[in-house]
Amino acid sequence: MSRFLPLIAFAALVALFGFGIWWNTGHDQHEIVSPLINQPAPAFALPVLGDETRKVDKQSLLGKPYILNVFGSWCIECVHEHPTLSGEVKQLGLPLVGFNYKDDPADAAAWLSDHGNPFDVVIADRDGRAGIDFGVYGAPETFLIDGKGVIRYKHVGPITPEVVAKEIRPALAALAKEGG
Amino acid sequence: MRRWLALALLCALPLLAIAQAIQPLPFRDHAEEVRFQKLSAELRCPMCQNETLADSNAPIAHDLRRQVFEMMQAGKSDAEIKAYLVARYSELVLYKPPVEPKTWLLWFGPLVVLAIGGVVVAVQVRRRARTAPAVAAPANDTEDDW
Repeated sequence: MSRFLPLIAFAALVALFGFGIWWNTGHDQHEIVSPLINQPAPAFALPVLGDETRKVDKQSLLGKPYILNVFGSWCIECVHEHPTLSGEVKQLGLPLVGFNYKDDPADAAAWLSDHGNPFDVVIADRDGRAGIDFGVYGAPETFLIDGKGVIRYKHVGPITPEVVAKEIRPALAALAKEGG
Repeated sequence: MRRWLALALLCALPLLAIAQAIQPLPFRDHAEEVRFQKLSAELRCPMCQNETLADSNAPIAHDLRRQVFEMMQAGKSDAEIKAYLVARYSELVLYKPPVEPKTWLLWFGPLVVLAIGGVVVAVQVRRRARTAPAVAAPANDTEDDW
C-alpha cells in the first residue's frame, strides 16, 4: 500500500492542477460577478446627453424592464458591440438606455452621430460617480433592469449576438415568466 | 556636457510617469495620508486585478481612490469604506480576503498540505529509525534506497 502512496499523491496533485486549469479557462477571470444582481439598482439622477437641463432618474424608468448599456467614445470594444446593440438588442423591444461613462459630451455626441444612435435616451455620467454605484469598472458593460428597478443581469465586455441569444433572451424569458 | 545633461534628463523621464500616477490629494495631515496609503494598498483595482488601488493607474483606480479619500474626509471608518466597495465590486476588491467558511481552503489549504507532508516525513523517519539499529549503516553507504 505505502509503495503506491507517492503515485496516489502525484495523481491527487495532477487532479488539483487539472481542476485549476479547467476552472480558469472556463470563465473570464477578469469578470467580477456583480454583487448587485437581484438587488435594487442604485438611485441615480443624471443629465441627458446634449441636454444638461433634462435629468433622467431611476424613478422615471420604473414600470417596464430596460437595458442599460455603459459606453464611451473612448472605448474600443464599444465600437465592436455597436452593431449588435442596434441590431439584436434593439429587436428585443426593450427601452435601451445609454450610460455615457466618463466621456466628453462633444466626443460622445460625435461618436453617436458617426456610428448611429441605437439608444432611446443617453444619460451622461461625466465623473464616473454614478458608475461606481453600479459597480462599473470599464466599458462596455450592460445591465438588464426590471420594472421594479431590480438589476437582473449584468454583462461585462461587448455584447455579441451570442450573448443576446444565450444570456439576455433567457433572462428576459425568466422575467416574463414571473410577470415582470 | 550637453550630452550628459540629455542623458540625465532621459533617466529622469520615468520619474515623470510616477509623478503622474499619484495624483496629489489634499491630505489634512501626515497621519491621514498614511491611513489612505495603507487602506488603498489593501484594496484591489477591479480593472487590473493584480494591482492595488494604490499602485494602479487605471481610470477606475483613480476614481476609487478619490472615492476612498472623500469617504475618509466624511469621517467613515476603514471598515465602512471597505463595505461600500464590497457592496459594489464584490469581495474581490479586498486584497486580503476575509476568513470565512468560503475562504478556509484558501487560507488554510497550504497549511493542511504542509501538515500532510510533515506527517508523511515523520512516519518515514520513525519507520526508518525502527529498522536502522538492526543493520549498522556502513560509513561509505552511497546506496539510496528510495
